[in-house]
Amino acid sequence: MNVKEVVLENSDQLIDRWISQLENDSLQDYTSTISGDMVEQMNKEFAEVVMQSLKEENNQLEALDQFAEKVVNLGWPFGYIAEGLQAFRTESTKFVLDQLETDKKDEFVEVMERVNNWIDPLKIRLMNQYSTNWNNILSMQKLALEELSAPLIPVMDEITVMPLVGTIDTDRAKLIMENLLNGVVKNRTDVVLIDITGVPVVDTMVAHHIIQAAEAVRLLGATCILVGIRPEIAQTIVNLGIDLSQFPTKSSLKKGFETALQMTEQQIVSKDSRSEDIEEILDSVGKE
Amino acid sequence: MKGTLSSVVIKQEWDIVGARQAGRQVSQDLGFGSVDQARIATAISELARNIYLYTEEGEITFEEVRDIPKVGLKIIAQDQGPGIKDLSAVMRDGYSTSGGLGAGLPGVKRLMDHFDLESDENGTKVTAIKWAR
Repeated sequence: MNVKEVVLENSDQLIDRWISQLENDSLQDYTSTISGDMVEQMNKEFAEVVMQSLKEENNQLEALDQFAEKVVNLGWPFGYIAEGLQAFRTESTKFVLDQLETDKKDEFVEVMERVNNWIDPLKIRLMNQYSTNWNNILSMQKLALEELSAPLIPVMDEITVMPLVGTIDTDRAKLIMENLLNGVVKNRTDVVLIDITGVPVVDTMVAHHIIQAAEAVRLLGATCILVGIRPEIAQTIVNLGIDLSQFPTKSSLKKGFETALQMTEQQIVSKDSRSEDIEEILDSVGKE
Repeated sequence: MKGTLSSVVIKQEWDIVGARQAGRQVSQDLGFGSVDQARIATAISELARNIYLYTEEGEITFEEVRDIPKVGLKIIAQDQGPGIKDLSAVMRDGYSTSGGLGAGLPGVKRLMDHFDLESDENGTKVTAIKWAR
């Protein structure tokens, strides 16, 4: 008795049964928000992929991987794959038993076992592929987040800006500290402006990290200015009772930069001084 | 009228962000101004961080409270952790067992309108209410 042949010979019939099973079964819970055409198309593809991998055994597993990737990219839950394969297992066992027209217990167990033997490797493969894909997406996003984490921008001799955007967690706080200190030494910075305009919430932990960073910068002989403090953040900092008086703070990057220029005894002079002269002449002419 | 608006389980550090965002959303829906929204978000951040730092797992629940004509947001932070040994010490500014600033719980008390702390060896429950103006 070759169970596999029975399945493959009647694959069209089996797929039809399977798909109708998929359509009116528990999968509706997952797919209720997705258009019917899309579900139908995916179900067909699912059936094809499984049938093909049965036919060609080891060689066709790439199609399986691609299918798993597709499911991940569509954002469909893993339950879709798991329950789909479960339905396939049930349908093919039933189908083969119908074909054999037997009610012997031994044969029943054997059919079950054989069906399980093909489907389990498929299931494991799909499961692994699905979770690998998820992990890839996750680590990519983590990397992307790290990239925009804590840039240090030297804007002038002795003045550097570090804009912070987004939530600061423990990992980011460490990175901020490292980048800040390395940057201060490397760029020979005297004044660092830490801009927190893009930080949504300043709680005690964020404040603590900023205070520590400012203190470390001070040990290197440079000064930290905290800028971009929004009015509501100022209020919550006061409510929390956090003491930020150890270093200067300013409401905007512009004000902080002006302070930094003063501290480093630098000045920005407009190159186009002639237009001012002309205005002065005009003014004096106007007065006469 | 009382009703649970949403709740967030705190297990990992990123759950703090989730709780904060959920809190921001409900405070927006209840009509809080931007300063109060920032206060609420900061208070949630402190409470969620305490759960993350000191216990395995906890939950933050948001409830709507009405005391006609006022509308308020009630934040309940509950965990089954080891509890707080010295309740009066944690409410003192500058007291911390984890090297932090020690402004968390007293800060939350100042950020919110009503604050209640219960703790024993079976866990800790913090209840805080902010009234919308």
